[in-house]
Amino acid sequence: MNAWIQAIINVFINPIFYKSTLNQSTPLILAALGGVYSETTGVVNIALEGIMLIGAFGGVVGSYFTGNPWYGLALGVLLGVAMAALHAWASIRYAGDQIISGAALILLAQGITGFSLVELFGKPGSTDLVRSIPLVNLGSFENVPFFGKIFNSLSPLVYIAFASVAFSWFLIYKTRLGLRMRSVGNNPEAADTLGVNVYNVRYFGVLMSGVFASLGGAFLSIGELGQFTENMSNGRGFIALAAMIIGNWSPTGAMWASILFGAASAFNDQLQSQGILHLATNTQYLFGMIPYIITLIVVGGLVGKSRAPSSDGIPYIKD
Amino acid sequence: MANGLKKFYMNDKIVVPVFAVITSLFIAAIVMIMIGKNPIVAYGALLFGAFGTKGALINNLMKATPLILTGLSVGLGFRAGLFNIGANGQLIIGALLSTYIGTKMIAYPFYLSIPIMLITGMVGGALWAAIAGWLKVARGAHEVITTIMLNYVAVFIANYVVNGPFQAPGGVPKSPEIAYSARFPNLITSGATWLSAGIFVALTAVVVVYILIEKTKMGYEVKAVGFNPYAAEYGGISIGRNTVMAMAISGALAGLAGTMQVMGLYYRYLGALGGSMGFDGITIALIGQNDPIGIAFAAFLISSIRAGSNQMQIAGVSKNIVIIIQGIIIFLVATNRLVKTFMFWKRKEVEEA
Repeated sequence: MNAWIQAIINVFINPIFYKSTLNQSTPLILAALGGVYSETTGVVNIALEGIMLIGAFGGVVGSYFTGNPWYGLALGVLLGVAMAALHAWASIRYAGDQIISGAALILLAQGITGFSLVELFGKPGSTDLVRSIPLVNLGSFENVPFFGKIFNSLSPLVYIAFASVAFSWFLIYKTRLGLRMRSVGNNPEAADTLGVNVYNVRYFGVLMSGVFASLGGAFLSIGELGQFTENMSNGRGFIALAAMIIGNWSPTGAMWASILFGAASAFNDQLQSQGILHLATNTQYLFGMIPYIITLIVVGGLVGKSRAPSSDGIPYIKD
Repeated sequence: MANGLKKFYMNDKIVVPVFAVITSLFIAAIVMIMIGKNPIVAYGALLFGAFGTKGALINNLMKATPLILTGLSVGLGFRAGLFNIGANGQLIIGALLSTYIGTKMIAYPFYLSIPIMLITGMVGGALWAAIAGWLKVARGAHEVITTIMLNYVAVFIANYVVNGPFQAPGGVPKSPEIAYSARFPNLITSGATWLSAGIFVALTAVVVVYILIEKTKMGYEVKAVGFNPYAAEYGGISIGRNTVMAMAISGALAGLAGTMQVMGLYYRYLGALGGSMGFDGITIALIGQNDPIGIAFAAFLISSIRAGSNQMQIAGVSKNIVIIIQGIIIFLVATNRLVKTFMFWKRKEVEEA
């Protein structure tokens, strides 16, 4: 028991844990924000997982062919938005089943990235190493005890993620467009009567989900290492979806839930490396399932309450 | 007669999936031409890989066996108005439990151990799915989210046990083998491939699910809840009981799919046992339009494409194209209004003629 307390203290006093939490939260925050945009306007988007994957792939391909990781980021976002546009088209224009369309796009993203990977790089599994987005160097801040180690050499996308949360909060709660988004998600008939173009606002929400989810995906590939591996989103899109729900469909709530998941994952990694515990390697799986169980408990309403926009997932068909 | 035939071809339930499958194969062919491959050669290789030899056909039917069951699982969920995206987790729990029981069956004769295995697999899947059913009924949690989460929990549980308490000696992440009496007999063997008696279990399930949905009171109630829950409740049908029941039966079918892999193919639990069969179940249910017989044919279509894709890969087209094909099929079924809009001109032409 003492060994456990000591190990847990060791994890928490180590700046690496906090840095790792920031890094692991970033893709979740971005993708969860994407979910918030889409679902606030009333379109369920389980395709986040696929959009992240295609964003990650686009990031590497763009960086590989231009040598500039920022162009890679742009290509990743472009592909992510294209994929979101397909979802928007199916679920808004054709009032298709949003979950089925989302499932289709997840498969399409897996297929397209797996297929193009072989075509472009000549081998399955992973791409060549490409140039990644340079980390932000804070200069002499590095020497500040503890905090220097946490905040020095983070990816600019980490800052972008947190700035996006503030931006999105402002947009959704403090602007006319945000009011329209919320009204379209809660009561599209009423919004329509008041002259809001329900379709256009929903298109905006879904396309923005493409922007943010693909940024989150690109962080995975060109945020640090500069490589794409097959299925590298690895369920993070679904975790982001869960973070959005736990965060009650609000940008800040989604951020906190993403940080919680990021911290759980960082904690698990760090605990494994605590020699005094002599943990068997398979205990990582026991700890690994914790975020998913938390999600089940929260969506089950066993702790706290979480409420979706009233018309979330229901196509709007104008008479 | 001619009118009846016309009605048959104009039936949405047939037109939409057939259109979706043909269009997706056509789009994939264009992709192949774009990368400089000959689609006729590639599809020829695919057909050969799926049907060309006795071994290929056996392999194809072995792949179809669990796919029929996951297709039925997802399809039955759809009929009840539930999107069971968690067939994969239910399959894992079913396979894991039946493997565990299977290792204890050494002293039992096959006529006891085989039914015990099948029941264990179904119960495992059913209980796992019932969690999602209960969370939906009692707490209002959407089954898509809960089943996705339960998938991951199942994967972690499986990884935990086959890397520790339930690991075969040798340090590889797999369970010990099940007893011989708990294995399906092989119907045909060809080289390194064989067809197990599991195919009969899958085909029996098609008939049972058909009878359940079309001929029983329970099936009627489940469908009524799926079609219009409020009207059903007004008519005295319990939404809650039927939702949990439908979810459990759907899970039982997925659990049975996992058990097929244990009893007929691997004889143990392996990490990769589930593969993408849960997701394939969605494709299959959509192509089969949630009709048990349609699902059986759709499962055979998908197993043929999957089985043939290895041969196609040898012919130079990455088998990832199969995933693209499946994605396009699902997308087109989701946007069936688009398909109908497209077919509408056709329909007018036919009427004018």
